[in-house]
Amino acid sequence: MTTVYRKSAGLQDRDLHYCPGCGHGIVHKLIAECMEELGVIDSAILVCPVGCSVFAGNYFACDCIEAIHGRAPAVGTAVKHTHPDQLVVTYQGDGDLASIGAAEIVHAAMRGEKFTTVFINNAIYGMTGGQMAPTTLLGQRATTAPLGRKKELHGSPMRVCELLASQEGLAYAERVCVADIPHLNKAKKAIKKAFELQLAGVGFTFVEVLSACPTNWGMSPVEANKWLMENMAAYYPLGVIKEAQV
Amino acid sequence: MITVAKELWKGNEAIAEAAVRAGCRCFFGYPITPQNEIPEYMSMRMPQVGGVFVQSESELAAINMVYGAAASGVRAMTSSSSPGVSLKQEGISAMCSGELPGVVVNMMRGGPGLGTIQPSQCDYFQATRGGGNGDYRTIVLAPCDIQEAVDMTQEAFDLADIYRMPVVILGDGMIGQMMEPIEWHDIPKRELPPKDWTASGRKGRDHSNFVTSLRIDAADCEQFNLSLEAKYKTIAEKETRWAEQDTEDCEILVVAYGTPSRIALSAVEELEAKGIKAGLFRPRTVWPFPSERLAQIAAQPGLKAILVVEMSLGQMLEDVQLAVKGAKPVRFYGRVGGMIPSVEEIAEEAEKILREVQ
Amino acid sequence: MKKQITISGFGGQGVMSIGKSLVEAAVAEGMYATWVPSYGPEMRGGTANCQVVLSDAPVGSPVFTYPTELIAMNLPSLHKFEDKVQSGGIIFINSSIISQKVQRADVKAVYVPCDTIADELGNKKVANMVMLGAYIAATGALKEETIRQMLVHIFTGPKAKLVDLNMQALERGAQCLKA
Repeated sequence: MTTVYRKSAGLQDRDLHYCPGCGHGIVHKLIAECMEELGVIDSAILVCPVGCSVFAGNYFACDCIEAIHGRAPAVGTAVKHTHPDQLVVTYQGDGDLASIGAAEIVHAAMRGEKFTTVFINNAIYGMTGGQMAPTTLLGQRATTAPLGRKKELHGSPMRVCELLASQEGLAYAERVCVADIPHLNKAKKAIKKAFELQLAGVGFTFVEVLSACPTNWGMSPVEANKWLMENMAAYYPLGVIKEAQV
Repeated sequence: MITVAKELWKGNEAIAEAAVRAGCRCFFGYPITPQNEIPEYMSMRMPQVGGVFVQSESELAAINMVYGAAASGVRAMTSSSSPGVSLKQEGISAMCSGELPGVVVNMMRGGPGLGTIQPSQCDYFQATRGGGNGDYRTIVLAPCDIQEAVDMTQEAFDLADIYRMPVVILGDGMIGQMMEPIEWHDIPKRELPPKDWTASGRKGRDHSNFVTSLRIDAADCEQFNLSLEAKYKTIAEKETRWAEQDTEDCEILVVAYGTPSRIALSAVEELEAKGIKAGLFRPRTVWPFPSERLAQIAAQPGLKAILVVEMSLGQMLEDVQLAVKGAKPVRFYGRVGGMIPSVEEIAEEAEKILREVQ
Repeated sequence: MKKQITISGFGGQGVMSIGKSLVEAAVAEGMYATWVPSYGPEMRGGTANCQVVLSDAPVGSPVFTYPTELIAMNLPSLHKFEDKVQSGGIIFINSSIISQKVQRADVKAVYVPCDTIADELGNKKVANMVMLGAYIAATGALKEETIRQMLVHIFTGPKAKLVDLNMQALERGAQCLKA
């Protein structure tokens, strides 16, 4: 009998707690597969965030460290400096990375810290119940912006890849999404490339993943992915944002 | 070259060197007066010993870098002064919850807010009552001079590893900025538990390690808090430290820690020269606080009163009152905002109290 | 023997290093010693002072209210600390820039034209060493030879020629006591 599909060895055999249609489970799978393909499950260290993926350490098969809200890049900095030959990945959501941890991510990029950040942008705070994030789109409703995000009141959504691209230490930034299979395949390639560049020691590597949050967006999973492609992908351009010449 | 038995060191640099000798291999810090010599020294010294130095973007980042280094199994340290240590409380609380070892130096300066850059002891409550969110403690070592700061720094890393928690070295700007001769002692090596819990890569281990401070289930979280409580009881039994001088038959006992304790020592000597029976009790750990021994001294029939001296408006005072339980009058003399109590002020206060309680 | 010395002046006059030299030499001679700077926020200029204790016995308080000796490198320092000096103590005055005399009769006054002598020696930076020479000569607290060994230790390589200059400064300072 041929095996057509199996769960990645990079994940533990556990049920995920994520909502139907959530992108976290998909991105977990992609990261785990990349680790497995690069043969680094046994050496990788994953730094998990505060947010819906706070339990990521219960799912991944590699060693994991739970960081405080926003501080994953600080934790990742220390872990990479002390374990320079091992794959170090921080996994962060938009509230964590772009709001409370804005200083940490910018300075990790400035210093050119040689770890990879996988940034899940779903334009909302998930775990705390749908509050406005720095990446919430104009007009998008949130529990703390019940009439929708207004430019004059809340400012415009933050394009994190472009912000970090201004830092010399950022070696690679790509924005991907996981709304359908072709995009999901591209996302995996981007993550794998970031890991490979990290292991080659070129600098800070960053992959932003546009990801659906059907629950807090108040949509079905199918509607959510359609909304993502029509609205988020329009504001947050997909593709390689920066690739430093090695 | 002059050969000397003792070496002249500035407090901050001596503490940094002591940490290096204790096996500290990661230092993360952010500039703030009066502790800048520690990160400056470490920026030079860490690369020499194959260690890591990062000047962080903030105190928050610095303590979280310590968290990361500790979680991956490396001896790590940060230092700051009062306003900066306030920012570090987030990470200290998380380290207590994640049961991560680390050393935090606080060269206290006058507060509140930005306050002043001169020495103070106004962070006693913050240091001894946890300081951040949650029901936790840190071991708090309180050196009175540079020699003790050096010895304590070397021990702090072992204490942190044994009990898997942050250890605070509670100094003041005076200890950081002054110079005096010290000797390098070999600190007795203690048996350390294996670091089999670190997230440093599985490397053949049959399971993954997950360092976390989140226990979402209330019953689990309660159990964890109870396990911390048990640990703290063990620490109180085994690690409480103090020093005393002329306490056997004193009629006035001065209680002080850190810089004021050595000023108080001179005051005690001055009082004794006048024929007054004075003694000094000096907590060397302020958490755990040496309550039992202090209560014993308070019960001595010849003792008339206790004078607590601090560079605060009376913080350790509360621990002394809790220990003495009203057995003897407890009075207080403090200078704040960066002012330092003088030998004469302390001696005068002691004499005044003795006149009043006669 | 116990000396409590307050050394005070403008930032940049080498006030802190007079104190450090005293402590370093004392430690080299096997004494106990402490050095406490009064540190201000400014990096340059402003006033600076330090407190030094030299003692045969371990030092309790490293800070004191009443010095046994005051080294005043500028006028504000004299104004600030003259009253504090213990009766029978010594006040050292940098007479190149302080024209005022010591008002008290119960202390000894030593006038040292530090900057004038340093200029004569061709290097303004050694004014503090002139004062150190005067202090050692007046108090006998330390051996001149210890200071020389310290200087040899500090000034190595291309800076070795500074040893002689500094020793001359010490010597000129000491001569002020004989005048």
